[in-house]
Amino acid sequence: MKVSRRELMKLDRIEMPARDPLERAACFDEVNIGLTPEEATVEAMRCLHCKTPTCIDGCPVNIQIDQFIDRVAMGDIRGAADVIRLDSLLPAICGRVCPQEAQCEGACVLDKKHKPIAIGHLERYVADTIRTYGLEPPVEHVEPSGKSVAIVGSGPAGLACAADLAKSGHRVRVFEALHKPGGVLIYGIPEFRLPKSIVQSEIDGLKELGVEFEMNAIIGRTITMEELLTEEGFDAVFVGVGAGLPRFLNIEGENLIGVYSANEFLTRVNLMGAFHEDTETPILDLTGKRVVVFGGGNTAMDSARTPLRLGAKEVRVAYRRTEAEMPARVEEVHHAKEEGIVFDFLVSPLELLGDDDGWLTGVRLQRMELGEPDDSGRRRPVPIEGDVFDLDADVVIVAIGNSPNPLLPATEPHLKQTRWGTLEVDESTGRTTMPGVFAGGDITTGGATVILAMGAGRVAAASINEYLETGVWDREANEELETAGV
Amino acid sequence: MYPILEAESIAPDVRRIVVEAPKIAKKHRAGQFVIVRVTPEGERIPLTIAESDPAAGSITLFVQAIGRTTRLMSELEAGDCLVDVAGPLGRASEINRYDGVAVVVGGGVGTAIAYPIACALAAKGNRVIAIIGGRTKEYVLLENELRAHDIEVIPCTDDGSYGRMGFVTEALADVVADEEVGVVFTIGPVPMMSAVADVTRPSEIETVASLNPIMVDGTGMCGGCRVEVGGETKFACVDGPEFDAHEVNFRLLQRRNTSYRAFETGQLSSLESLDHEHHEQLLAPVRGACARRAMS
Ligand SMILES: Cc1cc2nc3c(=O)[nH]c(=O)nc-3n(C[C@H](O)[C@H](O)[C@H](O)COP(=O)(O)OP(=O)(O)OC[C@H]3O[C@@H](n4cnc5c(N)ncnc54)[C@H](O)[C@@H]3O)c2cc1C
Ligand code: SF4
Ligand code: FES
Repeated sequence: MKVSRRELMKLDRIEMPARDPLERAACFDEVNIGLTPEEATVEAMRCLHCKTPTCIDGCPVNIQIDQFIDRVAMGDIRGAADVIRLDSLLPAICGRVCPQEAQCEGACVLDKKHKPIAIGHLERYVADTIRTYGLEPPVEHVEPSGKSVAIVGSGPAGLACAADLAKSGHRVRVFEALHKPGGVLIYGIPEFRLPKSIVQSEIDGLKELGVEFEMNAIIGRTITMEELLTEEGFDAVFVGVGAGLPRFLNIEGENLIGVYSANEFLTRVNLMGAFHEDTETPILDLTGKRVVVFGGGNTAMDSARTPLRLGAKEVRVAYRRTEAEMPARVEEVHHAKEEGIVFDFLVSPLELLGDDDGWLTGVRLQRMELGEPDDSGRRRPVPIEGDVFDLDADVVIVAIGNSPNPLLPATEPHLKQTRWGTLEVDESTGRTTMPGVFAGGDITTGGATVILAMGAGRVAAASINEYLETGVWDREANEELETAGV
Repeated sequence: MYPILEAESIAPDVRRIVVEAPKIAKKHRAGQFVIVRVTPEGERIPLTIAESDPAAGSITLFVQAIGRTTRLMSELEAGDCLVDVAGPLGRASEINRYDGVAVVVGGGVGTAIAYPIACALAAKGNRVIAIIGGRTKEYVLLENELRAHDIEVIPCTDDGSYGRMGFVTEALADVVADEEVGVVFTIGPVPMMSAVADVTRPSEIETVASLNPIMVDGTGMCGGCRVEVGGETKFACVDGPEFDAHEVNFRLLQRRNTSYRAFETGQLSSLESLDHEHHEQLLAPVRGACARRAMS
């Protein structure tokens, strides 16, 4: 039976089943439950198979979306996974954390008048099915190339780069500063949004490919960049150290007890397991407490929803602009609201208030209104004179963004930085200003997304392959960069 | 896993632990520290590297059993392992040649931390005086080791059971009065470092304190270790741990260090309520895990 385009367009988008808001806000179980095979099939059948699938242009790594959805509709999940694998690694992760509304789904033709195809949910469905039933293709034997590559940092950029290089037959060793691999996927994004077992299975997959992992290796301290290329004998290095330096507000009271950076708060909970009853890592007791989170991105949403799960009585998100400007994924904002998080828009922190013993007691906020558009085209918030108010708070979490961590660049003079502290690279090859050294992910873009980091890791892997084969370090590209004064 | 090669008690509740960590041993310079995890689910704690032996590939740590993690660590013996040792972290001490005498003031286990700095100062050709304090005689650490490096030692005890009776700051005030002092390094409890800074402030003697805030990663990614120096916020793990003692906001440091007091007290009492067998259960994953290496 052939269904007409018009008929198809009448079908409603299948919504992702989620745990009850009250129930889930009291535990760390994953919020989204995942589509059933029937739901996935029906949702996939809604796809119009456009002649020019705009969704693909919206995808940062150009997954053949119409193709994989077609396989899902036919029940060929293995085939769907094969299509995704051509362009993307880590689909179980990206299906969960990509800002689909700004990428593939935002570009889907159905987005305008109807609801776009749930591309992210389908991607997740495919990846989860493959993982659950162990349908991954067997590891192919490749002839060892005799070359070796060091990967610095085990976030999505490093993991993706490692995977491609291992598949090309190189010996690959990942060096990670922390005691567990995964980067932000492990220490930043909470369990209820991205189960750690999924990240772990990606890492296990890499180990099966022969990738080695060395933890507690702070490159620049434990081993220098120079040593990786000399004494340690690597033929090339990929730097994917992320943007891990927390920004603070630089206002009075920021060092009061009870003020956390999002990184510290989330690391204590996610990496160190401070939510377990028998934890050894402390976190301030949040039972019955009031929490204020500053910021409007995914980190802010994670920083707001985690305290609820640790017993906080009230959590508010204070954001300088309006909901429309919030960089967070729409789904996270929606979930946060369902869970009872209160949003204060158009407010900016003036001061953090404390008691005589140095503990936080509240925040002083300035009300803002939207003024003229700034360089980014967004209307700039400006203070409304005299409109200042206080909120009680026991804990404040500052989630206004991270900068590139200066530790590694500071210890390697050959790596040039931009004035934002990111590493200077040739974008199409990931080549840095140091011969043999490539970089990608948040360390070159500033805080961005998992999919962009993964994409950059793969671009660099291709470029590393070429470099290892030809031995030619494309100096021209570097000189161009230099003369352009970037 | 990082094998423990030697472990011994050098004072009540203070253990000297030598760990195999060749890469760290090779890089270590005085003033730097490592982040250690004792058990597979353990917290990350910073410990100063007291000594390193690049040839043997080992580093020496001193640990005072004050919390749950340090208590468990103190129960480890040669042949056991530490789960994680990451470093060397922080900036190295700036060791210069001074016209006046270089004074190192250490309190309790702080003496162990001051030890490599004192040695480095002596190696640079400075005359070095170490003022080391402890509650009683048993808590005065490393006196002989310091003397072996031609360092003059002024031991002080609170109760007068050994050396000078009274605080290290009194001894320091006398040295400052009698000698031309080029630099003072101070490491120990926050009130002691604050008092040392007060002694040297009037005469504007260069004074360096090694700060011990709460840390998580030790690499500059959490900001939990923030301290205030000269009115500016710094991350002690990457900007420090040593700072100009006259500019440090010690009151803030002291306060921030109490953030988790309730949690820590609870943990310690829960640990104390456990019997020997339970302790062994906690330590089982690291017990004897590296026995063969320690013997060879
Ligand atoms: C709380 C939070 C939530 C987020 N949510 C989303 C989301 O929903 N969707 C999305 O797309 N993106 C999200 N992001 C952004 C996304 O996680 C990052 O863009 C992405 O992880 C960047 O990947 P990366 O590989 O460049 O670096 P990272 O993931 O930051 O990994 C870098 C790794 O390098 C290690 N490292 C650093 N320095 C050294 C050194 N000197 N030596 C050795 N190792 C080192 C670090 O410890 C870390 O493990 C979120 C970020 C945060 C913090
Ligand atoms: S744009 Fe939307 S409807 Fe068209 S192919 Fe892509 S997912 Fe299907
Ligand atoms: S310990 Fe985390 S930034 Fe210093």
